[in-house]
Amino acid sequence: MSVGATAPAAEGEAAPRSPLRALFIRELRIGRRIGGGGSLGVVFFLMLVVLTPFAVGPDLALLGRIAPSMLWIAALLATLLGLDRLFQSDHDDGSLDLLLMSKAPLELIVLVKCLAHWLVTGLPLVAAAPFFGLMLAMPAGQLWSVALSLMIGTPALTLIGAIGAALTVSLRRGGLLLPVLILPFCAPALIFGVAAAAAGAAVSPAPAAPPFLILAAISLLALVGAPIAAAAALRQMSE
Amino acid sequence: MMRISASRLTIERGGRTILRNLDFTVDAGEMLIVTGRNGAGKSTLLRALAGLVPLASGALALSPSSEESIAEQAHYIGHADALKNSLTAAENLEFFAALLDLGRGGLEPYAALDSLGLRHVADLPAAYLSAGQKRRAALARLLVARRPIWLLDEPTTALDTASQALILSVIAAHLLTGGLVVASTHARLDLPARELSLGAAA
Repeated sequence: MSVGATAPAAEGEAAPRSPLRALFIRELRIGRRIGGGGSLGVVFFLMLVVLTPFAVGPDLALLGRIAPSMLWIAALLATLLGLDRLFQSDHDDGSLDLLLMSKAPLELIVLVKCLAHWLVTGLPLVAAAPFFGLMLAMPAGQLWSVALSLMIGTPALTLIGAIGAALTVSLRRGGLLLPVLILPFCAPALIFGVAAAAAGAAVSPAPAAPPFLILAAISLLALVGAPIAAAAALRQMSE
Repeated sequence: MMRISASRLTIERGGRTILRNLDFTVDAGEMLIVTGRNGAGKSTLLRALAGLVPLASGALALSPSSEESIAEQAHYIGHADALKNSLTAAENLEFFAALLDLGRGGLEPYAALDSLGLRHVADLPAAYLSAGQKRRAALARLLVARRPIWLLDEPTTALDTASQALILSVIAAHLLTGGLVVASTHARLDLPARELSLGAAA
């Protein structure tokens, strides 16, 4: 995670000044600095996973059975944690005005911001999931299918969440409204994500491929639809 | 010669008419100062010029006609400084240079900060800058990308007298090269300019 470290000196002249590329670098830098909240999602994820056995009790078989669902719900909540600031921080400090005025299409700006946000907050969740699965006594064969399902599914969560972030951009208490707006729309990703994660279990009679494919379809749909919806919402809400 | 002409501009916000049937023109090399009491619609007018607020009726025209809209050729310095607190002043400007560049050149971020007297804080996170330093860092945007139209909302807020003079000289230089400036202000800007006085809020 040392992407932007060498950038300041080297970039000035040689690189073509692409607005979207510059935005991507800026978002990564902000996300990795203190206050960016990049690592906070993983810590929150860890907290939820650690608390689960206390709530459920020390029944290893039961824990192992519900582990895919717990990991997915924890990942869903952790993804939503930082999303409310996705556009709001730009709105508050005035830089959203400049993004709206930019020649670059707002849809692509939204997409770049989501991509950077996912790399900083979503990808660490994916990387941490197998270890946290171990803590929930998950069968070894399932650890990778959980990570893979999160890898495919969390981009959809971030993208769908971006619509909510755009709708609540000018609201002071948008942080609470966002999950209420967004969680119902995350249900399909959750259903097929958990199905895909559980498919790795040896006992599961269902074939593994279909839930993965449907999950990928949901992510691709969000990839196309969400930036358009979020950009339209931003134009309306930020006036 | 570039010219912005506004005819019968009417702007509504939240169901309230802020500006009604406003006519004005700004020519290349000319500065238009928008005055009026609080709530008269100065900021709203600038935001409308920047394309951030829709017009209820009337038209804004840029001549000669260009593929790029007014917003795409304009610098907009709003109330907020648009600086990211966790990035350094130079990093903030580096981003804006890329975002706002029209391929017409501009100063390097460090050179722009230097010319506004901020070289010594260029590598500090923006959170550590004072209000006046943040304002100057925001105004340095004007220098990192060359754009013909400058829309300045209270550009001299929080600036000391020396910095105000510095900004005025930057604006004067821009006007000399054929730029257009629309600025809203309460302070006196000692530059030749036309004045557009907005009446009481409707």
